Amino acid sequence: MLAKKRVAVVGAGMTKFMRRAQETGKELAYEAARMALDSCGLRIQDIESVTMGSAPDAFDGVHMKGEYLIDGSGGWRKPYMRNYVGGGTGVFAAIHGWQHVASGLFDTCLVVCEEKMSSCKPHPQAAFQTIFDNFTERPLGPNLVWIFALEMHRYMHVHKIPKEKIAVVSVKNKKNAMDHPCAQLAQKITVEDVLNSEVLVWPVQRLDISPTSDGAAAVVLASEDVARKITDSPVWIDGVGWNLDTAYWTSRDLYYPQYVENAARMAYQMAGIRNPREEIDFAEPYDPFDYKELHHMEGLMLCAKGEAPTLAWEGVTQRDGKLPICPSGGLLGVGNPIAAAGMMKICELFWQLRREAGKRQVPGNPKTAVAQAWGDLMQVGTVVVMRA
Amino acid sequence: MNVRIKEFAGTSLHEEDIRQGRVLSVSYRTRAQYLWSAGVAIGRYLAELKNGRIVGRQCDKCGRTAVPPRMFCEWCFRPNDRWVILKDSGVVNTFSVSYIAADATRITEPLIPAVIQIDGTTGAGILHLIGQADPKKVEFGMRVQAMWKPPQDRTGSILDIKYFKPAER
Amino acid sequence: MVKEMTRIAIIGIGMTQLRSITPDLSYKEMMFEAALKAYNDAGVDPRTDVQSFVCSSEDFLEGTSIFDEYVPDQIGGSLKPVCTISGDGLYSLATAYMQISAGLVDVAAVEAHSKASDIASIRSIMSLALDPIYVRPLDVDPYFVGGLEMTRFLHDSGNTREQCALVVEKNRRNALKNPYAAYPSMLTAQDVLKSDHMCQPLRRMDVAEPADGAAVVVLASEEKAKKFRDDPVWIVGLGWCSDTPCLEARQWGEAVYAKMAANEAFRMTENVRPQDIDLLEIDDSLSFKELQHLEAMGFCGKGEAGPLTKEGATKLGGELPVNASGGSLGMGYTFEMVGLQRLCEVVLQLRNQAGERQVRNAEKGLVQCWRGIPTASGAVVILSSERS
Repeated sequence: MLAKKRVAVVGAGMTKFMRRAQETGKELAYEAARMALDSCGLRIQDIESVTMGSAPDAFDGVHMKGEYLIDGSGGWRKPYMRNYVGGGTGVFAAIHGWQHVASGLFDTCLVVCEEKMSSCKPHPQAAFQTIFDNFTERPLGPNLVWIFALEMHRYMHVHKIPKEKIAVVSVKNKKNAMDHPCAQLAQKITVEDVLNSEVLVWPVQRLDISPTSDGAAAVVLASEDVARKITDSPVWIDGVGWNLDTAYWTSRDLYYPQYVENAARMAYQMAGIRNPREEIDFAEPYDPFDYKELHHMEGLMLCAKGEAPTLAWEGVTQRDGKLPICPSGGLLGVGNPIAAAGMMKICELFWQLRREAGKRQVPGNPKTAVAQAWGDLMQVGTVVVMRA
Repeated sequence: MNVRIKEFAGTSLHEEDIRQGRVLSVSYRTRAQYLWSAGVAIGRYLAELKNGRIVGRQCDKCGRTAVPPRMFCEWCFRPNDRWVILKDSGVVNTFSVSYIAADATRITEPLIPAVIQIDGTTGAGILHLIGQADPKKVEFGMRVQAMWKPPQDRTGSILDIKYFKPAER
Repeated sequence: MVKEMTRIAIIGIGMTQLRSITPDLSYKEMMFEAALKAYNDAGVDPRTDVQSFVCSSEDFLEGTSIFDEYVPDQIGGSLKPVCTISGDGLYSLATAYMQISAGLVDVAAVEAHSKASDIASIRSIMSLALDPIYVRPLDVDPYFVGGLEMTRFLHDSGNTREQCALVVEKNRRNALKNPYAAYPSMLTAQDVLKSDHMCQPLRRMDVAEPADGAAVVVLASEEKAKKFRDDPVWIVGLGWCSDTPCLEARQWGEAVYAKMAANEAFRMTENVRPQDIDLLEIDDSLSFKELQHLEAMGFCGKGEAGPLTKEGATKLGGELPVNASGGSLGMGYTFEMVGLQRLCEVVLQLRNQAGERQVRNAEKGLVQCWRGIPTASGAVVILSSERS
């Protein structure tokens, strides 16, 4: 199914990702949006529509958080909407923005993602209890990490994956992040460091996960004719896909993210990609936990089921490997302000495909890349394919 | 663009900065209270838990059992057909061992959350805890049996089952 | 801004009866009922015919974070493209419209619901939407925002307190003819003026009481629409706009968001003007809002909406029936479902299925929503029973 109008990313911006920012949510959104506009020489008057993505209001303690962030996001007196699909929001926001322009209704769309998790006391993680089913799950006092641990353990069990082959992802991403100026968690660690780190919810250990963050990221989208006037190197959004699995996650086999595959198929079909393994030059799958990068690589059909850990172990997914995965440093390295983290991946694709990623630049001449985010109760996959 | 930018916005703070008043802050305690209607499906589920039973709904078209129950089959998209009383035993589909509580503080006695596929269903599972078990001895596919609170202590809640304990075959 | 119009129609609607409380049903069961009705009305199987599902919700109205997780199953969206917009149902409708217009999908479903009776204290949730730094510390009943706005509006426009009360009388009586309505009543304007004080000049009966309900609407591209129905209702214009969230910076008295959204919607139609509209379903969640929105959208001049109401121009049988359904005052206030619920009314009217409420020769209708206190955001949709 061909879209009516071709849509490009013409500008991008982001703030540092920090454990605790002094800036308010509005200010974070503004900084990212401002930078995105400046990066392509546009003013807010040139923007015809705005879509904003941000995850739970519970972190900020503000109901209708989308309304609260209108001014910081550039939405004043404009058509403005907030999209929200949990952790998948960062990439879905780009899809929603794409819909604005591809529909023919608007020539430009500013897509802003913001997260300020640090407002929540005593710890943002406590707010996650409210994502569980109020009757059947919340009374058990679940911690968010439980569901990651249950999924990770199932994945490891089905494919007989030793922990080292997963830990290596955390090592890679935190190292990659040392070249990212906005990174919160960049550091040189070893597989042993991960395996020796504090056990939180077995098999999840402290260095397997990305902690909470504050931050924002934004991109400017434009229709083809307008994009070509703004920049010589627009980056095209050639494929979009999203998919939500059943809320009844306890009836699913968690070893494989079918919903990511469904979303990927939708995006690949639109982009005309038949063999993702060969045609995708590098990828930014969602990596809030190290095993997730591998889980998602398989869902994105970049390798066979169960094959991802081996590829990671053998260095194939390093920046200079045959299939670079998370050259940005991902959530594990840069930080995880939920919606902004997904958008950071979109920004990364933009910079990489324009050869502007500096020390993070993937070698060779990457032309096609995929970004993916994930969220809810291990339910939603949101996928975007971009091309230089 | 990215390479040319020297400074990215964002001022990092420490918890101490707020506590010591080096930055101004406002605090607010959210008052968000709800009285959720359980509805037909979950209403019956909870009532039956009080009776010491796990119930589900059966879709005769595809044969799937829905537990926790709902009044519709989401795969066929039709109202499902019958209530079924299920066994209170099952097998462990996946599990983990938690050393942290819901608010991220450390706990001394680990909890063992698990997805338990209830016997007699087509793989439908529920989230619960495994108890009376050595975390090192819990296995995938292990058989478990619900341990109920005594009838007078049950309130019509998922906690009427204290935990699932390892069972003999 | 608008480049071309794709023909997109509404082919199915389904709504539950609005009720002040629904202790016997969960929100999932209500959504399922509305979805079944809508798909039946459209003659579609959601598992095979519907390609995208867009839902409206706000976490704090549900008491669950990432509420998006819980929507797919009861509307037929499991393992399909499902997304959530944090906003009124009309925003989700606009998103579905853009998805079809972009050529991404042909048939989409939109959902919104209210389970307000599950919220133990609506006021504290409403307060949560106020700015946490500048406004909340004042610790005033959140309806003060409505009181301030009403004072300014009456002062600037010259409309009177009594005219606002007449809106309540009209809408509560219209609801007597609406089997879906929760609050039909024979009350008079005098009853309104004598009811308990809220935040002056608002009185208790000026404020629409909350109600529970669910609504689902099915949209299709022209080609598919004609396959499913002989009488599709065409979406010929839409617009949405957000004014500033800052109370301090707001232009009180005039509903700028409604004006801008309506301008955009009319511009999109290319040839429909306010005088071509046969009936209006607009926000009246606070009595004065109906007058304010009429003036903002250009249906009459400044200060004329009150007198028009007094003369009976806006009642059933008048020159321009406004809120024949009973509005939020008569049907019940359903938060993010309002727009979709009113849209269902206009669809019924344009299909000649509105029974006792039928507006004669209804061919074009306008639906408008406001996101409620403390926002200045809203959307407008213009529907037509014939191709324009």
